[in-house]
Formats: sequence, C-alpha cells, structure tokens
Amino acid sequence: MDEIKPAFGIYIHWPFCAKKCPYCDFNSHVQDAIDHDLWLKAYLRELRYYAAETSDRLVTSVFFGGGTPSLMKPQVIEDILAEIGRLWDCSEDFEITAEANPSSSETRLFQDFRQAGINRLSIGVQSFNDQALQFLGRLHDAAEARKAVESAAKIFDRLSFDLIYALPGQTPAEWQRALGEALTLAPDHLSLYQLTIEPGTVFHQDRVAAADEDIGTELYEITQGLMDHAGLPAYEISNHARETQESRHNLVYWRGQDYLGIGPGAHGRLTRDFQTEMIQNVREPGKWLELAQTKGLGQHKRTPITAEERRDEILLMGLRLTEGVSADHYHTLTGTDLASSLDQIRLQALENEGFITFRDNILKATPAGRQRLNAVLAHLLS
Amino acid sequence: MTELTHKRNFAIIAHIDHGKSTLADRMIEFCGGLTDREMQEQVLDSMDIERERGITIKAQTVRLTYKARNGETYELNLIDTPGHVDFSYEVSRSLAACEGSLLIVDSTQGVEAQTLANVYLALDADHEIVPILNKIDLQASEPDRIKSQIEDVIGLDASDALEISAKTGLGIEDVLEAIVERLPAPVGEAAAPLKALLVDSWYDPYLGVMILVRVQDGKLARGMKVKLMSSGEVHQIDQVGVFKPKTTKVDELGPGDVGYFTASIKTVAETNVGDTITNEKNPTAEPLSGFKPSVPVVFSSLFPTDAADFEELRESLAKLRLNDASFVYEAETSAALGFGFRCGFLGLLHLEIVQERLEREFDLDLITTAPSVVYRLHMTDGSERELHNPADMPEVTQIDYIEEPWIKATIMVPDEHLGGVLSLCTERRGDQIELTYAGNRAMAIYRLPLNEIVFDFYDRLKSTSRGYASFDYQMDGYKESDLVKVSILVNGELVDALSFMAHKGQSEFRGRAICERLKDLIPRQLFKIAVQAAIGGKIIARATISAMRKDVTAKCYGGDITRKRKLLEKQKKGKKKMRQFGQVEIPQSAFLAALKMGDD
Ligand SMILES: Nc1nc2c(ncn2[C@@H]2O[C@H](COP(=O)(O)OP(=O)(O)O)[C@@H](O)[C@H]2O)c(=O)[nH]1
Ligand code: SF4
Ligand SMILES: [Mg+2]
Repeated sequence: MDEIKPAFGIYIHWPFCAKKCPYCDFNSHVQDAIDHDLWLKAYLRELRYYAAETSDRLVTSVFFGGGTPSLMKPQVIEDILAEIGRLWDCSEDFEITAEANPSSSETRLFQDFRQAGINRLSIGVQSFNDQALQFLGRLHDAAEARKAVESAAKIFDRLSFDLIYALPGQTPAEWQRALGEALTLAPDHLSLYQLTIEPGTVFHQDRVAAADEDIGTELYEITQGLMDHAGLPAYEISNHARETQESRHNLVYWRGQDYLGIGPGAHGRLTRDFQTEMIQNVREPGKWLELAQTKGLGQHKRTPITAEERRDEILLMGLRLTEGVSADHYHTLTGTDLASSLDQIRLQALENEGFITFRDNILKATPAGRQRLNAVLAHLLS
Repeated sequence: MTELTHKRNFAIIAHIDHGKSTLADRMIEFCGGLTDREMQEQVLDSMDIERERGITIKAQTVRLTYKARNGETYELNLIDTPGHVDFSYEVSRSLAACEGSLLIVDSTQGVEAQTLANVYLALDADHEIVPILNKIDLQASEPDRIKSQIEDVIGLDASDALEISAKTGLGIEDVLEAIVERLPAPVGEAAAPLKALLVDSWYDPYLGVMILVRVQDGKLARGMKVKLMSSGEVHQIDQVGVFKPKTTKVDELGPGDVGYFTASIKTVAETNVGDTITNEKNPTAEPLSGFKPSVPVVFSSLFPTDAADFEELRESLAKLRLNDASFVYEAETSAALGFGFRCGFLGLLHLEIVQERLEREFDLDLITTAPSVVYRLHMTDGSERELHNPADMPEVTQIDYIEEPWIKATIMVPDEHLGGVLSLCTERRGDQIELTYAGNRAMAIYRLPLNEIVFDFYDRLKSTSRGYASFDYQMDGYKESDLVKVSILVNGELVDALSFMAHKGQSEFRGRAICERLKDLIPRQLFKIAVQAAIGGKIIARATISAMRKDVTAKCYGGDITRKRKLLEKQKKGKKKMRQFGQVEIPQSAFLAALKMGDD
C-alpha cells in the first residue's frame, strides 16, 4: 500500500430539502423561506473561527452535504469556496463535491455549480425505476434521473450517484437488472446502499420491514460480484469506484484523518499531538444559525476522546475500507502500535474464521469480515 | 368466662371455590363480628395474593358469639384452613386445634379431589363432620345427586346434610345451629397446668411475633411466664387476645379457647408449629403429640433478572420467611445465571406463591429454574444423601442407585375426559391403584413419580380435561428408578442452570426440546454455535445455530462516527455481561428465556 498522504477535509451541511424522504434520518428539513445571505454569513463566521486554529493545515477536500445542497444558490457556494481559499492553503488535487438531486430544476443549475467551483458531483438517483422512486418518496422520475446523470457527466470530470437496494419485495433478479442498467451509464463511482429502516423516519413509523438477513446477504453478494466484474470494486462497504475515482473527502473519514464540520449538526475531528477532539454542532438549523451569527460558531460540544475511543474510531472506519488499516498509518495517527492495541486471542479467533487478516503490517477485514463488520468489531474490540 | 359446654371449635374444609370464604363471611356477619363498613369480602384471606387466588395460606381464626335457638350464648371459634394440597400440613395443624369440621360441597359440582383429601385429614384428626351443600340458589344445583355422591365416594352419611347458599345467606343460621348441636364441645381442665398447642405463628409489623394457640388445659394470661417445650425457651407474655376477626385483647385464654399471645419473641423461626406451650414454674408432664415438621419437596433456584438486585432478593427472602417458615433457601452461584438462591417449597403452588409475592410485594424481577424434586442417592460406599439440585449430582460411578419420591394422586374427572387423563397418567409412569365411578364422574387413584408432576402435569391435565379434572396428592414414599442427569452444553461447555434430572425413557425427548428452544433464543453470531444435551459423556440431542451472514452498517460517514462508536461501546458493555462459551458470548437473557418458556 502506498503511504497515505496527510489530508484535511471540510464538510459543509445544508439542512434543507424540497421534501422529506420517508427513509431519511439525516438532519434535513423542509422550510419555505430561506435567507441564503444570512446562511452564507453564518457559514463564513464558523469557517473563520476554525481557521484561527487550523490555518497551518493543507485543505484537501470540501464536501457540501445535506439535506440537498443543490438547492443552495450557486453564489453562496462560490463565496464559501472563496473564503476557504483565503483562510487556508488548498492542495493541488483539491476535491470539491456537492450532493445533488436529479429533479430537472436542479439539473439546469449544474453548469452554475461547476462555475462556482464544484468539481465532483454526487447525485441522489436512488433508483431508475419509477415505482421504486415513488415508494422512496422521491420527487424525480427515472427519466429525469437518467438525464441528470448524462448531463452531469458532460459537466463534471468526477461523478458519482447513489442507488438504494433491498427494497421490500425486491428480488435478486430485479436488483441484478437494475444494477446492470445503472452500469450502462458508465459511472466511475457508485454508492450502493441497502435500505435500512431508521428510528424517527416515516418508514419506521409505518413499520416497513427491512430485508431479512438472508435476502440482504444475497443482494449484497450479488452487488459485490457484479461491481467487481464491471471494474468498480468496493473500496468501502457501500462505495465502488474505478481506480483513482474514490471520494477523497470520504476517505478522510474512513482513514481517521481530521476534518471540520460546518453547519447544523455537522461533526468534526481535530487532532493535535495525538490527542483527538470530537466536535459536534447544534443540530437544529434555526438554533445553529443564531449561534453562528451571534457567537461565531454553532458548537454544541467539543471534547477530547480517550485513546481507546480513538482506536475504536480508527478501526470502526478503517476496516470498512478494502485497503484496511496499516500499522504505519495507525502509528502516524496515534503515535502507538496497532498490534499491541489489539487483543491477540480475539484477533486470532477472527483470523482463524477468515474474517480478518493481519499481514505485512496491514490489518484488513476480508470480504466475509466486511459483510459482518459490526459483529467483527464488537468481537475484536471488546 | 364461657363454660366449656358453650364453646365450639371448628374448621371449614372444601375444594377450592366451593364457597368456604363466602360462608365464613356470612357467619361473621350473622354474629355481628364486623360492622357493615368493615365487612370486606372474604375477610379471612388477609393477604392480597390469597384473596386474588382464593387461597388461604396462613391459618386464620375468628371468634363468633352466637345466641342459639335454645336461648343460650355460644362462643364459636372458626379456624380457616388453606384448601390446597401443597398446604395439607397447615390444614392438619389447623384441624388439630378443633373438634369438628364443616364440609362444604358445591352442589353444582360435587365432590372434587381436594374435598376428598381434606375429608381424610379431618377424619385423621377425629373430627365430627357436618356435610353442607352450598350454592343451592343456582339452577344447576343438584343436592340429591351430590348427597348420594358424598355417600358413595366419601362414605359419609349425608342424609342430614344442610342445603344452603352462602351467597344469599340462605340457611346460615342452620349452619350455626348445627355447629352447636352436632359438633362436640372441647374438653380440658382449667385447674391443670397450662398445656397449649402452638398452631401457627407470624410476624405482625405492630405487635411483633404473634402466636396462635389452642389451649388444652390451664390458663394463659398477660404477665405469665411460659415455656416453649421443644426449645425450653421461656418468655413473658405481653398480650393475650382473640380475633373477632380484628385482634381484640382479652384477660386470659382458658381450656378450649383459640387465641393469640405476644411475648417479645424476635423471630418466627424461634417458634415451632406443633410445639406445646406450658408454665415455666409448674409445667405439664406430657407435651401434646405435635406434628412432623413440614419438609420442602420441590426445589428451584431463583435468580434476579438484574444481577444488581441480588442483595434485595436476599433481604426479601428473609422477610418472606418471617411469615412462612415452610420454605427454605440458601445462596447459590451459577456460571450461566450469576448469583441466586436455591429454594425449597412445599409444592408447585407454594413455589408460585412465593415467586409471585417476591415479584409483587418486593418488586423484584425473577427467573425461576425448572423445579426439581428431592432425590435420594445411595452411594457405592454405602452412604446416602439427598440431591436438591441437579447441578450437585456426583459422578455416576459413585452412585449405586437413585430413588425418587412418589405420590398418591387422586383425580376426579367427568367420564368423557377420563380417557385422556388415564393416558396422561400412563405416559407419566403412573400405576393405577383404583378407578371408581360415581354418577358421571370417575375417581382415579394413581401412584406417580413426583418428578413427572412438577414437569407441566397440571397444565396437561387441565388441557386434556378442559379444566374439569381436579387433582390432589400426598407424598407416598420413595422408589428406586432409572434416573439420569441431562446436561446442556453450549459449544461443549456446561450451562449449569439448565441441567435437569429425568427418567431415562424421557431424557432424550426433553433434552431435544430444550436444545430446540435454545436454538430459537440464542441470536446468530459470527461463529456457529452447537447446543447439545448430554448424559454423562454421551450426546443425546443437538441443535446448531448457524453463523450470521451479514451484519454491517450501510452508511458511515463523518457525522456518524460518534453514534457508531457509542453503539459499539454498548455492544462491548453488553458482552461483559455475557457468558463466554469458547469464542461465542451468549446473553444471559437467552438462558433466562429458555427457563421462562419452560415454566409455561
Ligand atoms: N351462586 C353462588 N355463588 C357462591 C356461593 N358461595 C360462594 N359463591 C361464589 O363462588 C366463588 C368461590 O367462593 P369462595 O368463598 O371464594 O370459595 P373458597 O375458595 O372455598 O373460599 C365466589 O365467586 C363466590 O361468590 C353460593 O352459595 N351461591
Ligand atoms: S433528499 Fe436526501 S437529505 Fe433530503 S430528505 Fe431525501 S434523503 Fe434526506
Ligand atoms: Mg377462599
């Protein structure tokens, strides 16, 4: 494995959507009148606050997430990026991603977003099937989805879209066909999520049942096989890419590197001298806006995490990656030795069962291990 | 003081729900023992749980003052007894305090198993018995048929049986008259040294330990120094009284009287039921014959669902025992379930009552292991020991043979359900002793191993007879038997709390049942899990819980880390509470659930 370069990401949360999807447990809200200028000012103030202590870092990525950031005024995005450029040095391969929904009104603005500085787009397609889109409560149809991907491909060099599978009643054959169709659009990056029913969602309230373990397993295994074959192997549990097309920003999270969280409910991690701090913003948009405006930051909590918590976070995220966690990188992050922070008996049991490998100084979850990662982690880290 | 000739001490015996408590209420009312306001339904059943289940556990007494038709005033002492088989010991001691019994039979139902069992106890106590047919207000009442049934099945002359309705009050005065006219007066000598029977004792939060006595000879008065003959302990009497049914102080108790005294006795355990109480100075020469102490016949372990409640369970058991010396307990440690207590009970109902009281009165959440009987192990070295807990079973090579307790069961059942009941008894290794018919009901008497009764017999009896069968039993000695200990293993390791004793012929079936149950209860894990039932080193049943196939969070980005880490921490914490079997950790809750399901 090549040495992992230092990275520092900035996440910006736009908490508004045109409609709340029934499966969504993100910090997203529907609101009529939004004062974009006020929001811009608040984002800028919070950025400046953190710049004071992180201006020595080289920013490698920015990610506009939500909510639906494609509903932001392109000018707001442009001003935010301009401010980031003023406050920090940015890397040569600086990646700037925005999430977008494929409704036609947003597609029309793709060019403007590109102009504002976005160089990677992640589109919330979810499905190319009208019935499925309706079930998922989406505002777009399959034709719009296809058009959005096609027009984005012309505008952005780097592009990804999301699909949700394991919808109630979905058969392996249906999913196989759907995935094949999606691949005809020649994507370089795909996020493929199994539908999960999260507390607080409409689906949860309506007692929609998630696919059972056996069907979920089958669909997951089909996904891995098809994507490997198509040349977009999983580099993370639910993310597939051609080589070099991985989301650099998301890799920051999975590789345990530092990032800032700007906006309501955003989280950050900042490390100095091997002490990592966890930063959590106020979740409620109105409250965050007021705090950021008046105090310069909408922080809810900032606390150092313990060495064990840090270990858990690094492995919890790192073992999601196909590349795993190298002892060198672990040492870079924590100043400690990976092998000696693990229980050898538990590790051995997981290796014997074929869930984990620890070779050439790299700790990796095998495909079988990644498929059961929650249980593997619980066993390994207990 | 009332003359002996004007005293009557009596008990009421009946099958459950035939109307004993209702009749007692009517008599109290008739004699003006309580004002209407104080009159609560079934005043005698003082504990909630007893009232709800209609079961009386402690002996309860009430003194009634009755002006008879002959113009004379009589003092009647009613001693209420529990109706259930588990408490036949309590029935006997209550009966020993009186000279006669009212036998109540529901005239719509007829003689039931408990009717019989209680009649036999009353006859043993040399009682005069007055048969009473109750509930004649009901359409379905068939007094004539029930009378001949009483004569046929019990062999009691029923020509003078009273016909009453405890509910409407019809015939209550006839009952009181019959007590005066047909039951014998007590005998005793006021001038002789004190000789009193310790009938029962309990702890009263205000008065301390109260002792219920029946005076035979002599007097019991405040300030006297009395001796408990079995222990030799001497106590000075603080208070003497009777129940009307409220405690009412009196100056003294004389021959034939039933009442209580208090004497700054600290614990109920210091008092032995059946003991004789006499004067310190001038004691009686001969103690009363007393009774055999009650012995627990069913053992089971109680574990708090939450390990943190262990101390509370210990305190609660101690408190319960203050009033119920008939159950025993000692601390126990189980590898699978943690700290708990091994407890002995008089029977299954007793177990249920204790468990329910602990949960209700002391607000504890408990797990009860499968009940086990007391086995007698005859060792190869010639010694003999009792086995209260299958977990304590020694090596089979050290055992010469094992004996198990048997019972004599009386089952009354309508003809149409007889077939099912007989095959149930056969399936449970029963030997038929007698089968007789009275009208359209059959009475079957069987000898059965007690072990077969504690394992869901009641439920099966109830379902095969649609609830129409009644059942009673008495212990009937020990018999050698082909018994084995079935152990339950998870990934090759023993789960102590799930071990049980079984007859060899049934061991495989029961072992398989528990393996299947665990298979459903233990969640799938990373590693596959083998659940086995074994006798010694031989596996007799197995089930495999296959490994989980997928368990991973679909989405995990920067904002999710904290939440996912907390989730992981919770999982880790949960694992600390789990019992480890090789590589797998199994939640205690799975074992608990397996035991819970075993209950029903
Ligand atoms: N109809 C009718 N019901 C009665 C009579 N005596 C008792 N019961 C009812 O039968 C049930 C059981 O009575 P209870 O006195 O608790 O019986 P115990 O279990 O023998 O004490 C209660 O519901 C009573 O109300 C009666 O004479 N007539
Ligand atoms: S568009 Fe995305 S963020 Fe908004 S509600 Fe739907 S799933 Fe949630
Ligand atoms: Mg009753």
